[in-house]
Amino acid sequence: MIDLALDFGFFAISLALLLNLWRLAQGPTPVDRLLAADTMITNTIALIILYGMREATSVYFEAALLYAMFGTVSTVAYCRFLLRGDVIE
Amino acid sequence: MHTLGEVLVALLIVAGSSFTLIGSIGLVKLPDLMMRLHAPTKATTAGVGGVLLASMSYAFLRTGELSAHELLITLFLFLTAPVTAHFLAKAYLHRHPDRVRRLPPACREAGWARFEPSSSEEVRPSREQRPQRPPRV
Repeated sequence: MIDLALDFGFFAISLALLLNLWRLAQGPTPVDRLLAADTMITNTIALIILYGMREATSVYFEAALLYAMFGTVSTVAYCRFLLRGDVIE
Repeated sequence: MHTLGEVLVALLIVAGSSFTLIGSIGLVKLPDLMMRLHAPTKATTAGVGGVLLASMSYAFLRTGELSAHELLITLFLFLTAPVTAHFLAKAYLHRHPDRVRRLPPACREAGWARFEPSSSEEVRPSREQRPQRPPRV
């Protein structure tokens, strides 16, 4: 039963990543593309955790945590670049 | 025969991944960035939160020990998601000044976002230029 749910989870999150990729390619403004990239990072964290459940290890949590931290920092840095034209003034 | 714990874990996985998918569908379908900003925040809180809860209870089922380091990711995402959403909205308003005219008034001098790059003197006046604080009584 958990295996079936994991299959559904992999399918749903992969579909969500494809939809985000469409928005990343299509997005009319740079902020749209940035929002799509940020959402892709969040979805990838969920995907990493699901993969860790399938492999029945807890190795992937550190990867997910690092992904969350660097994703936030990069999104904020890019937003700052759009706002001020520079990351560190 | 499925135990109650397995059913709970499977339900949490299905709920979390469904929320993730719904958030991305909203990201594609909604017409404007300020509306699109709404959809992926559900994917962050409900989607990843559900998957992490499922992972925690699955580890508890497997080993019988309660593992708490999934809570770190949840806490980190819940703390940083509003910050990134706020930054994205500010960047959008900064680049689209015409959008601001359709917003309610901001009730402060600078408005919803600062549109012209301000020099550092304007943001923080030096100590001599700052108005003197009235002396304490």
